[in-house]
Amino acid sequence: MKMICYILTLLICVDSFGANVLCVGKSKQFISITAAICSAKDGDTVIVYPGHYYEKNLIVNKKIYLKGIGYPVLDGQKKYEVVSVKANAVVVDGFKIIHSGVSSIEDLGGIKIYDSRDVVIKNNILEDTFFGIYTQYGKNCTIQNNELHANNLEEQQSGNGIHCWKSDSMKIIGNTITGHRDGIYFEFVTNSIIWRNTSFKNIRYGLHFMFSNNDAYIANLFTANGAGVAVMFSHGVKMYSNTFQENWGDASYGLLLKEISDSYIEGNVFNKNTSGIYMEGASRLLVKKNSFENNGWGMKIQASCMEIEVGNNNFIGNTFDVSTNGSLVLNTFNNNYWDKYDGYDLNKDRVGDIPYHPVSMYSMIVEKYPTAMILFRSFITALLDKTEKLIPSITPEGLKDNKPQMKRKF
Amino acid sequence: MLFYTLFLLVTTFSVFSLDENPAKGLLSMLNIILLIVPLVSIMFSTIYLYNSAEFIELLVSQPLKRKTIWLSLFIGLSASFSFSLLIGIGLPIIIFQPNAIGAMLIGIGIILSNVFIAIAMLSSVKTRDKAKGIGFAILVWLYFTILFDGLVLFFLFQFADYPLDKIMIIISSFNPIDLSRILILLQLDVSAMMGYTGAIFKDFFGTSSGMIISFSILMFWVFFPVFFSIRNFNKKDL
Repeated sequence: MKMICYILTLLICVDSFGANVLCVGKSKQFISITAAICSAKDGDTVIVYPGHYYEKNLIVNKKIYLKGIGYPVLDGQKKYEVVSVKANAVVVDGFKIIHSGVSSIEDLGGIKIYDSRDVVIKNNILEDTFFGIYTQYGKNCTIQNNELHANNLEEQQSGNGIHCWKSDSMKIIGNTITGHRDGIYFEFVTNSIIWRNTSFKNIRYGLHFMFSNNDAYIANLFTANGAGVAVMFSHGVKMYSNTFQENWGDASYGLLLKEISDSYIEGNVFNKNTSGIYMEGASRLLVKKNSFENNGWGMKIQASCMEIEVGNNNFIGNTFDVSTNGSLVLNTFNNNYWDKYDGYDLNKDRVGDIPYHPVSMYSMIVEKYPTAMILFRSFITALLDKTEKLIPSITPEGLKDNKPQMKRKF
Repeated sequence: MLFYTLFLLVTTFSVFSLDENPAKGLLSMLNIILLIVPLVSIMFSTIYLYNSAEFIELLVSQPLKRKTIWLSLFIGLSASFSFSLLIGIGLPIIIFQPNAIGAMLIGIGIILSNVFIAIAMLSSVKTRDKAKGIGFAILVWLYFTILFDGLVLFFLFQFADYPLDKIMIIISSFNPIDLSRILILLQLDVSAMMGYTGAIFKDFFGTSSGMIISFSILMFWVFFPVFFSIRNFNKKDL
């Protein structure tokens, strides 16, 4: 009891002696936020009441809690970067940020964090911004529950939604991003988590990863982005329970993996993509418990991949389950459920007695002569597939599932 | 005819109820429509026309135009086949797959039946010999289902270095079965067709104008054989 009393008194003291609350609004203490920040000290709270604020470039260079009540609007007038955070442990909460300037040289953003740590950006709405929330040299920052909309039509005139560059220990949680170039973009970002975000209808990628090691992205939803999700030149990436869907088009992939190693892909759903996963130069991946449904190609594994373990996945209703471009196979497939498997199970152990070859002859032909797609599902191609099954000559003999499951796993 | 309807009904029902995955059922349906329906249409019509040759002679002796007789024969065959298809395939599809793919399957099935009835009429008016006529009908079916695709595949491999996409679209219109298959494929394998060259086909066949063009080409496949068979029938010495 005594202890609690001490703590309470301490808290009250800190509150009454240390931090002030500064109010900004029409009939309040301050009319502009810039003025309020000017007279604030580290640790103060600045409360902004509803209104339309033209602050040009609002620079937050003190450790303050910037709180918007009823979404006050910060307008960048299509000229300025709206909020620049240049101090540690700043919180920006509850603003509506609109019309940032557009500049490819300066990468103007709705909110930009410069060389700071422990910054929290939460509950904001960003509309018509060039870059949405931009972090450079950030550390342990949280970007949470923001909504980002942009209506750009061209890749060149548009920035990324949440862009992190050379940052560490970032937490990107529960944001909704649409209409930007890349929904979430990571470059040289390490030890970070991307959790429960929704990224849809972005011009290029829903999520774009470059040279970012040891990150995790979990339970995100990526829908109908121009080219799906791309993870490149990274290692130690964990991808769990994400949904990749409706990424349609020539160069569009549910998940594009290029030069990825030592990573985990687990419990994801790939639905209605032209290609569920496309792998190139990937090595030492564990792909398990994923569901590939109604894709054009479930997985495209190029011959440049090695030591990829594909196990316990469901392949249902895909036009082609797996395709590859060579005869060299350094990957293993085990215990998957394939709806095209037509083998039998005599000893009733729920494992098919004959191995399943997921690469059909026709997928090899289509890989080589794409125009042959026009003959797909014709009698002659079915005939070719059957002959190939009896006497394999074109399809890689080593690419097979020795333990195909009779029933779907989950 | 009743047997045909019953056959379609039973196979369609069993195909849909056998497998819990309706997409697989649709695939089997696709094969039935692309292989069995044309075969039955062309064979039945040819045999029917040869068997009723004497009856046709009798009709010609009546004060009726030859064109009317021939056209009513076509309409009779076409109506009965379309009706069997509607009952045999339409009924189960309405129960199991009441969507765009189902509608497409029924529509394509009806058009294909008519195309092959029209071809049967042309072939039976051209040759007097029944055995020859039936043989020719089988050959036509074989050509459109297998040989044509084999030739296309051969052509494709030989000229793989050239941009063939547009040519392939034109070539596919020379075979009503191919054209029908692609139209259904665009509904069935939409994800794959969106990729790569598939996108080019989608751009043509998937757009409403491409759809109209391909359906009118299918209509031409009905119209031209019927038209030429009427011309031949008018001149024919019975």
